[in-house]
Amino acid sequence: MKFKTNTSPFFSSENNVRSVMLQVLIALIPGTLVVTYFYGWGILINVTLSVFFALALEALALILRKRPVLPFLGDFSALITGWLLALALPPLIPWWVIFVGVFFAIIVAKHLYGGLGYNPFNPAMVGFAVLIISFPLEMTQWIQAGHINAVSNTLNQSQVLSLLDSIKSVLVITSPPDWDAITMATPLDAVKTGLRAGTPYTEVISKSPYLANTTSNTWLWSGLAFTLGGLWLLYKKVIHWQIPAALIGSLIIISGLFHLFSSDVYATPLLHVFSGATILAAFFIATDPVSASTTPTGKILYGVGIGLLIYIIRTWGNYPDAVAFAVLIMNMAVPTIDYYTQPRTFGYGSAIRKSHSKQPSTKEENKS
Amino acid sequence: MTGTTLDDIKVPQKIDGGSCSTADCRKIVMDGLWHNNPGLVQLLGLCPLLAVTGNFINGLGLGIATIITLTASNTIISFTRHWVRKEIRIPYYVLVIASIVTVIDLTMYAVTPELHHILGIFIPLIVTNCVIIGRAEAFASKNKISRAALDGFMMGLGFTLVLVVLGGMREFIGSGTLFSEASLMFGDIAKDWTFQINKDYRGFLLAILPPGAFLGMGLLIALKNIIDKKTAN
Repeated sequence: MKFKTNTSPFFSSENNVRSVMLQVLIALIPGTLVVTYFYGWGILINVTLSVFFALALEALALILRKRPVLPFLGDFSALITGWLLALALPPLIPWWVIFVGVFFAIIVAKHLYGGLGYNPFNPAMVGFAVLIISFPLEMTQWIQAGHINAVSNTLNQSQVLSLLDSIKSVLVITSPPDWDAITMATPLDAVKTGLRAGTPYTEVISKSPYLANTTSNTWLWSGLAFTLGGLWLLYKKVIHWQIPAALIGSLIIISGLFHLFSSDVYATPLLHVFSGATILAAFFIATDPVSASTTPTGKILYGVGIGLLIYIIRTWGNYPDAVAFAVLIMNMAVPTIDYYTQPRTFGYGSAIRKSHSKQPSTKEENKS
Repeated sequence: MTGTTLDDIKVPQKIDGGSCSTADCRKIVMDGLWHNNPGLVQLLGLCPLLAVTGNFINGLGLGIATIITLTASNTIISFTRHWVRKEIRIPYYVLVIASIVTVIDLTMYAVTPELHHILGIFIPLIVTNCVIIGRAEAFASKNKISRAALDGFMMGLGFTLVLVVLGGMREFIGSGTLFSEASLMFGDIAKDWTFQINKDYRGFLLAILPPGAFLGMGLLIALKNIIDKKTAN
């Protein structure tokens, strides 16, 4: 009787692209559901359209590049790219804007550079950056959250568009009757314009229907839901703690310092962490295995860089949110960061960093 | 694909006494327009190429100025090639080119002030356009006047073609028009030359911004490589 003898490796791992992406998909579900609960069908339509375009364009690119279509489509990476991009778009955005964004994400940022694993920039963020630069008007029209039981009782359930109306609006067949009435500045926008106008921070907060109290702060709740997904990824060891911790930590520290310096002019750390796309970026976007730094120290530097850039661009820049630009800028720095933060190879160099003095006693000092 | 250094640019070794033969002329023409195109193959003069091609007419204006400069500088440098010592040739080239560009700059300011205003700093910057000093060093200083002049004209034409195609592409995608502001160059008859696809076209701002220039340039180079590969087979 013959026994089959395999060569090494003898351990087989489930850790392939498909299973990793599947975990990311699962982790995205709570956040997506919460955002849909607040903003209506628009979010789900965004996700559906964006994922559809992403898969179609991925298939097209694979056919043009003469690569096998089904295995690469089945690794879900294009699906995740489309999904993440959709979550960054305002609900009820016209379909062609989604298409342009996905086109730049999949074709330009991913396949022109050589496909999955070769892209130096995060595809979803390239798509987002192209859109925010090219179509600022469409990209800043966030509709009001439907389920706010807030101080200002102008918002109620009736203003949530039905599924059919939402689809019509996205396909640019009919626009909602009173478009200006149902759109509203996002918290980041409201705070930025308020502070630029010289209004004290506390007054800006009290005027904004989102920020006035905790229950109406939809961004806080969706942020928490995305955090839940992020913790799942950490638990499953799909991502490491360094990038999210460094990103959020550095953002809290720098915004906290400025807030302590002048609480009238600079927003609180809480606002910076739980508004815009900070949480989504910390757990899902900055941790993209291809475009992020790969060394342990490098991941911390990379996260800190993104956190600081988010604060700088949000506070002194002109765009409503800074996540895309911060991530893209740090993507450019990744090769340099990785080069200078290579961990010690086992067996080479010394485990304990020696001081330069030649006295034999230094070794013992280091041990103690 | 990396940029070509001056040493890599092939110079026809055959330097005969008379004016150039037909085959030789054809080679110079094809080199300038296609095989050794300054924009797509030598990747020279990218600064003006990427900066002013926001629309068709700007590209055309800068292209014409470059053709004139290149032809004139090649002619003069070829004419004086026996008297200029090797050690001082570079300052000499710069002087010749700067004089020609100054003449063109002032002429454009007198004839088409609006276009001159739009092209602004990029007309004086033709002095630093590497195509011009590159052709002076690699071709004009080693060839007869007639060949040098033809080479200058064809290189300029090849450069202009790239400018015009890239400018037209960016204008068409970016704002949905073609030949807008043509009246700046051609006078009042060109007022209604502007072609617009659709009144509702919202414009795609990225194409007009600098990233659009890099993307468009990359696509043009890729297109040229594809055509070359197809024709080689």
